[in-house]
Amino acid sequence: MVSSGQSSHVGTALSCADILTVLYFSILNIDPKNPADPDRDRFILSKGHGCTAQYATLAERGFFNPKILETYYQNGGLLGHATCKMVPGMEVSTGSLGHGLGLGVGMAYAAHLDAKKYRVFVVMGDGECNEGSVWEAALAAPQWGLDNLVAIIDYNQLQGCGKTQEILNLEPFKAKWESFRWAVKEVDGHDTDALLKVFQKLPFEIGKPSLVIAHTTKGKGISFMENRVEWHYKSPNFEQQTQALKELSS
Amino acid sequence: MRIFFTEELLKQAKQNSNIILLTADLGFSVFEEFAEALPNQYLNTGCSEANTVSMAAGLALSGKKVFIYSIVPFITMRCFEQIRVDVCMHQADVTLVGVGGGLAYGQLGPTHHAIEDIAILRALPNMKVVCPGDPMESRLATRALIQARGPAYLRLNKKNDPRVHPHEFHFEIGKAILLCEGKDVTLISTGSMLPRAIAVATLLEEKNIKTTVLSMPTVKPLDTGAIDRAIKTTSAIFTLEEHSVIGGLGGAVAEYLSESPIRPRVFHRFGIQDRFTRECGDPLYLHRIHGLTAEQITDSIVKLYH
Repeated sequence: MVSSGQSSHVGTALSCADILTVLYFSILNIDPKNPADPDRDRFILSKGHGCTAQYATLAERGFFNPKILETYYQNGGLLGHATCKMVPGMEVSTGSLGHGLGLGVGMAYAAHLDAKKYRVFVVMGDGECNEGSVWEAALAAPQWGLDNLVAIIDYNQLQGCGKTQEILNLEPFKAKWESFRWAVKEVDGHDTDALLKVFQKLPFEIGKPSLVIAHTTKGKGISFMENRVEWHYKSPNFEQQTQALKELSS
Repeated sequence: MRIFFTEELLKQAKQNSNIILLTADLGFSVFEEFAEALPNQYLNTGCSEANTVSMAAGLALSGKKVFIYSIVPFITMRCFEQIRVDVCMHQADVTLVGVGGGLAYGQLGPTHHAIEDIAILRALPNMKVVCPGDPMESRLATRALIQARGPAYLRLNKKNDPRVHPHEFHFEIGKAILLCEGKDVTLISTGSMLPRAIAVATLLEEKNIKTTVLSMPTVKPLDTGAIDRAIKTTSAIFTLEEHSVIGGLGGAVAEYLSESPIRPRVFHRFGIQDRFTRECGDPLYLHRIHGLTAEQITDSIVKLYH
């Protein structure tokens, strides 16, 4: 998708792909045949620039024909940021950082008002946590005891122009969220068994929103992309694509 | 104006449990009755406007009809991108209610003045912009916005606004209201300047200029049919608003007229000049600084008309 469209953000998609796979195939209460079910779990990819991972996961999960993926970044095709109603199963539109958690708080609060059982999952980037609006939402969710809200940070430690530690250091990250009254667990964001075990423990604490810090690698699975900030922007050429696919299938 | 909004919202919310009122920690002594009567439909989200707007969109996308209350600059400008992306792009059923349009918070200074809000909000796709001219228009606009769906902005003045309409009447979003008819000039007013427009029409009558007064509570969608009638029946059109002359009602009418095949002989926008009002004073004191008293407007119209 990224290669044929010559688009950016392949590194960020690979970083969260394992998290999305575990959620969509083992955790989320969703039905591809009934994507508007009022009782469905909601999923928000707040780091909307990683949308190729979500498009591909939704197609694999049966929400739409995988042929549609070929239109990504093409004229008249799928947009380069998560956009709702473009394909079934895409809950909201994102792309500007720092919006998803607030949207999730509203959805989780609505479930609470309507005494519904659905949960709301929000995947955010670490660089995204530079946004003040994330911390407004972080302050709000515990206030109303939204234990149906789950935020997952794709903590690959790289953002747009460099290392998160050098740009705006998030550490001590876990302690920050705990001090905001979230129940926090850390996990290897590429270990699908470990991810599954963590998500099966939700909510981590009754009456508190849950936060998963998923330690990840930007560009995971492709040797020449891993932990290289330029793959936030670059798009693989034909040779690189061939090698990447070979590495992923090996 | 504000109390007519809160009374109508409470009345309707008692019938419709999907109506949710969020306040970004403002409205002390305004919402106590609402909060007590409908605790599950009221939430103080704290002074965190960005999160409040995102949260409102999340609630709306889960079937709620959400009103958010705050002072104009905070609920329109601090969280503008949340309005754009979360509310407007999703066509979420969220109404932003801003109190203190124009210079209503006179002495509190330019941080609390609202002179650019109409301009920026009417530029957003899917957004309706409604600025009631008196308490009755406030009640009827609230009722109409509860019936309507999708993003909206309700711009209120504050309190003790004079009544213009003694009784309820047929109110439609997007339709101007004809208050009096004269053959010489048309004065189109939005928001709190409506009583001023009527005072100006009376002063012009003394100078033998017959005035049509249109209240235009909806700036978007603009009632272009009413403007067409004004062009045909009078030779001069003036707009009046408590907003910058850039981009508000005057800007919207000017845009329409500049592309219209027939145009009035005279057109002028009365509003707040393009600068921050740093002088301390009550609204009327500040209006005088901007040339917006009834006498100042009348003198300007007489000069422009002749």
